[in-house]
Amino acid sequence: MPDRLLRLSGLEPFTLTPDIPFVNVGERTNVTGSARFRKLIKERDYATALEVARDQVENGAQIIDINMDEGLIDSRAAMVEFLNLVAAEPDIARVPIMIDSSKWEVIEAGLQCVQGKPVVNSISMKEGEEQFRHQARLCLAYGAAVVVMAFDEQGQADTAARKIEICQRAYNILVNEVGFPPEDIIFDPNIFAVATGIEEHDNYGVDFIEATRWIRQNLPHAHVSGGVSNLSFSFRGNEPVREAMHAVFLYHAIQAGMDMGIVNAGQLAVYDQIDPDLREACEDVVLNRKPRAGGTATERLLEIAERFRGDGGAKREKDLSWREWPIEKRLEHALVNGITEYIEADTEEARQQAERPLHVIEGPLMAGMNVVGDLFGAGKMFLPQVVKSARVMKQAVAVLLPYMEEEKRLSGGEGRETAGKVLMATVKGDVHDIGKNIVGVVLACNNFEVIDLGVMVPPQKILQVAREEKVDIIGLSGLITPSLDEMVHLASEMEREGFDIPLLIGGATTSKIHTAVKIAPRYTRGQAVYVTDASRAVGVASALMSPTQRPDYVAGIRAEYEDVALRHERSEAAKSRLPLAAARANAIRPDWASYAPVAPSFTGTRVIDDWDLAEIARYIDWTPFFQTWELKGVYPRILDDEAQGPAARQLFAEAQEMLSRIIAGKWFRPRAVVGFWPANAAGDDIRLWADAERRTPLATLHTLRQQVTKRNGRPNVALSDFVAPEGIPDHVGGFVVTAGPEEAEIAARYERANDDYGAIMVKALADRIAEAMAEMLHERVRREFWGYGADEAFTPEELIAEPYKGIRPAPGYPAQPDHTEKLTLFRLLDAEQATGVTLTESMAMWPGSSVSGLYIAHPDSYYFGVAKIEEDQARDYAARKGWTLEETERWLAPVLNYDPARRAAEAAA
Amino acid sequence: MSLPASPVFKALNDAARDRILILDGAMGTQIQNLGLAEEDYTGQGSGHVCRHHTDHPQKGNNDLLILTQPEAVEEIHYRYAIAGADIVETNTFSATTIAQADYGLQEAVTDLNVEGARVVRRALDRATAEDGRPRFVAGAIGPTNRTASISPDVNNPGFRATSFEELRVAYLQQARGLIAGGADILLIETIFDTLNAKAAIFACNQAMEEHGLALPLMISGTITDASGRTLSGQTPTAFWYSVRHARPWTIGLNCALGAEAMRPHLAELSGVAETLICAYPNAGLPNAFGQYDEGPQDTARQVAEFAREGLVNVVGGCCGTTPDHIRAIAEAVAGFAPRKVPAYA
Repeated sequence: MPDRLLRLSGLEPFTLTPDIPFVNVGERTNVTGSARFRKLIKERDYATALEVARDQVENGAQIIDINMDEGLIDSRAAMVEFLNLVAAEPDIARVPIMIDSSKWEVIEAGLQCVQGKPVVNSISMKEGEEQFRHQARLCLAYGAAVVVMAFDEQGQADTAARKIEICQRAYNILVNEVGFPPEDIIFDPNIFAVATGIEEHDNYGVDFIEATRWIRQNLPHAHVSGGVSNLSFSFRGNEPVREAMHAVFLYHAIQAGMDMGIVNAGQLAVYDQIDPDLREACEDVVLNRKPRAGGTATERLLEIAERFRGDGGAKREKDLSWREWPIEKRLEHALVNGITEYIEADTEEARQQAERPLHVIEGPLMAGMNVVGDLFGAGKMFLPQVVKSARVMKQAVAVLLPYMEEEKRLSGGEGRETAGKVLMATVKGDVHDIGKNIVGVVLACNNFEVIDLGVMVPPQKILQVAREEKVDIIGLSGLITPSLDEMVHLASEMEREGFDIPLLIGGATTSKIHTAVKIAPRYTRGQAVYVTDASRAVGVASALMSPTQRPDYVAGIRAEYEDVALRHERSEAAKSRLPLAAARANAIRPDWASYAPVAPSFTGTRVIDDWDLAEIARYIDWTPFFQTWELKGVYPRILDDEAQGPAARQLFAEAQEMLSRIIAGKWFRPRAVVGFWPANAAGDDIRLWADAERRTPLATLHTLRQQVTKRNGRPNVALSDFVAPEGIPDHVGGFVVTAGPEEAEIAARYERANDDYGAIMVKALADRIAEAMAEMLHERVRREFWGYGADEAFTPEELIAEPYKGIRPAPGYPAQPDHTEKLTLFRLLDAEQATGVTLTESMAMWPGSSVSGLYIAHPDSYYFGVAKIEEDQARDYAARKGWTLEETERWLAPVLNYDPARRAAEAAA
Repeated sequence: MSLPASPVFKALNDAARDRILILDGAMGTQIQNLGLAEEDYTGQGSGHVCRHHTDHPQKGNNDLLILTQPEAVEEIHYRYAIAGADIVETNTFSATTIAQADYGLQEAVTDLNVEGARVVRRALDRATAEDGRPRFVAGAIGPTNRTASISPDVNNPGFRATSFEELRVAYLQQARGLIAGGADILLIETIFDTLNAKAAIFACNQAMEEHGLALPLMISGTITDASGRTLSGQTPTAFWYSVRHARPWTIGLNCALGAEAMRPHLAELSGVAETLICAYPNAGLPNAFGQYDEGPQDTARQVAEFAREGLVNVVGGCCGTTPDHIRAIAEAVAGFAPRKVPAYA
């Protein structure tokens, strides 16, 4: 093993040996690169998402890149969940994982989920050397190789010189300071888009290739990788051309030493089989050569790109028939096709027909630019074409400008020389600026004054310049996911500092939903507006600057965003809740066929008044008693607790003392009533019968069903699930116990004597006595009255853990949150007469030291919480209870998963 | 950048250059032979009462014997040392909060590890006093009873009963205790889920950093069945690549299989690992009564085969092996040169 080869592993090992010219890293499991995968993750369709991963491995990906960076996805949770699922799929998990995120916390969470040796993508010196060293050391401690981006405190390296300088520095730190194995370092010297129409971008392909060559020759054992699809970003929509560009680029980059790349393994053109014309045009662009045919490489590729779109491409002949069209259509045609030849004449013609020169801009020119935006959005135009359209626009505006200034001079009104002042910035932590620069060009072409603060701009600086320069609009750009949080932060800062100018949001990861849900609500003084792409920027900015259009435009945006936010909230809520029918379909289904219910020893009710206070005291569960006094801990351990022990012991001694006086003086006269009735489940209700033959209905106990989405096959339970359906002679019991009304009098006596402590103590003990009675009575029910647990033998201490079969759920508690069910129970038991316990208007029991509940005997029954319910169940429950929906919503208000007021408001609207 | 190496490193490397080193044998088998009852485990019948109280039954909590029956534990370690072991493992396979939760004795974890290392040290010092040979304490770190990369719920493959972080915290406490008690080596063993092992490696590195010295780390995986993979599905080479960043003093295999069934997997590791190789197989496979009936000479003959092929640097025994097995193994490999470690260019 005297070698320094990159060694990775999934379930199986992977070694990058010299005879592997290029490692395909699968890119389809990346939410930023694959719209399909993003949709699957957003919809939590992990099963299909796993298929995407599996397909990649089958198609030859030697490593799979997994990226969950998306503003509306909990990236960390999605990374963990997906990696855990991948680990369970041996045919996927056999290859190593590339954990891809711009957030370190997501990477670290991912590192904690993979047993193999993964690759981290990526770390860099963006936040300085300290952070870089720290993250590199952690990568080493977790046992991962790393992708290092050519990125430093100044930003992302664009020229070959910068790329080389950064990679050299990073290599020295990693190898000489951190002790990182050089073979585990993979440099990503940044593949940027070429042929964008912006001259500064033309050499990006060459810069990458040159940097690659230098790295491989000068940084021993290190590797070079890159995200290839960035290269052809300006041709999105034209896949054949993109594939050709990728193939040509890889052909040259691999020769220079690039040995790994994030590519769509299934979609790569073969260099040799590319049409020679196209290949030459691609090479001109990639290698920044001057085409033999003349013009620029970008122009040349644009010219021929259409031919290769896939349908073979009909040749566009020079057709001047559009010159016959009406003026508005002519302007539109000129804008869309970037034709400057006739623009001045056409604009002048339009001006003469218009009432004011400004109307030409707001009317036909803007309409034309919107068509450009539509085409770009649909992938039918490329960025360079959009830039060209903007130039046509600029020429048209130049024609109108003198007239507008003259108009202003005549009116003597105060006006502005420019269409408006726009501050543009890529937010802190982000260095991507292609999109922002294009927006800047387009705006400048449309007579906006643009102040471009560049990349990685801290919020304080943005706001300071905005104030000093009195800008009219702030435009923020960002490509990576953390930028979204920065934008939210800046919006809140604008709110706090009293800004009210519009805030434009753009960039690849931004979205209307994110702007509406996260950004706009933070900035209520002004309006945040999502701008789909550069082609829309002029339309949006113009509308915001126009005194006539602005109010309606902003009102429209506001209404739209509120709607978007509302729908988002609803769909999120809907994801986690099941419709009632689906919840019912997932009810728990005990095996009734093999269940032989035990009949109680009597039906009807029985009053129990032979209570022995001393015996009850043995059943007291003291833990809640301490909780009443805000001492948190489990009895008896709490007595020995280091911190609370002394207080707990003192309290306990005093409680014991009062308890013995209660027992000796027979202060309380405990009473109880218990009853049993033939019963059967009927849907979510329990029907009680008056007769053993089960012919005459006696009463109905209503129950509520869980509607939360359950995982791993757990059921959506209602209490009725634990009672047998008709045909099986099941029973249900009920009870009310009370320590007695004396508690209130005795407590009042203490209070009158200004002994609040005594008053609270006696009430607390009365509560414990009532609870102990409920425990005792339940035991007696199981062993004697109902008798299904006749041979049960638990000590009172053991009973606290509820080791027995069956439950005693109480109305108003989590298993049945409807307090009004107590009315039925009290009526059945004639509880007021039997025990003296009454129900208040709000369904509380008086005296307070009372407990009531049902008895359910089925061995599978358990306590659960209904949690929140939906409107469909509220409506259903209303019908079953004979209530109006409003009554239902009033009684069940705490458990509603919706806002009834909102429905009322919508109905009124 | 890296910690100074503990002095033990040099002594171990010097010894390993000359000969195949001997690790001890099974602890559980020896403890079973003592026929201890519940009261003996808790120390209430015989031995010492543990100061950590719990109501859980303790029979089977072998690690607890460090505190309640230290004399008996020391005796077992001593017998292995005298039988020829250079390296003797602490009885701390389950001394993590995670594994001790089953016995309600999470509070005892630090004591178990500190005392676990001390009791081995005492046994080895006694043996060294007799024959003058240096011996080393290996702090044993078991896999716990949870898996970080396998769901225990067949219906929910994404579920995990534990996490890297939970394991790291538990292992860190164990590693600190072992180092505080004087362990010379840390031995992460019986790895059936590599992610657990990675958490243990992370924790061991943290503990060593706190200690200020790098201790030799031994890492030992377990191939559980005929598939030739770990329980979590890795091949031996993939397993090595996953833990290679720990730069362990040894990598190897133990448990689950007898020596013969272990051989091909050991050969694979030996072919790819640029560090020392350690193997300590079971005494064959258990019979129908769960007992290992491969005799000392049988095991020794197979282990000697590893040595003859130049596959190993450290050998010992796992389940079912006894001091007699270790004596036989030590004698059987004595004539063979240790495996040559391939080094970086």
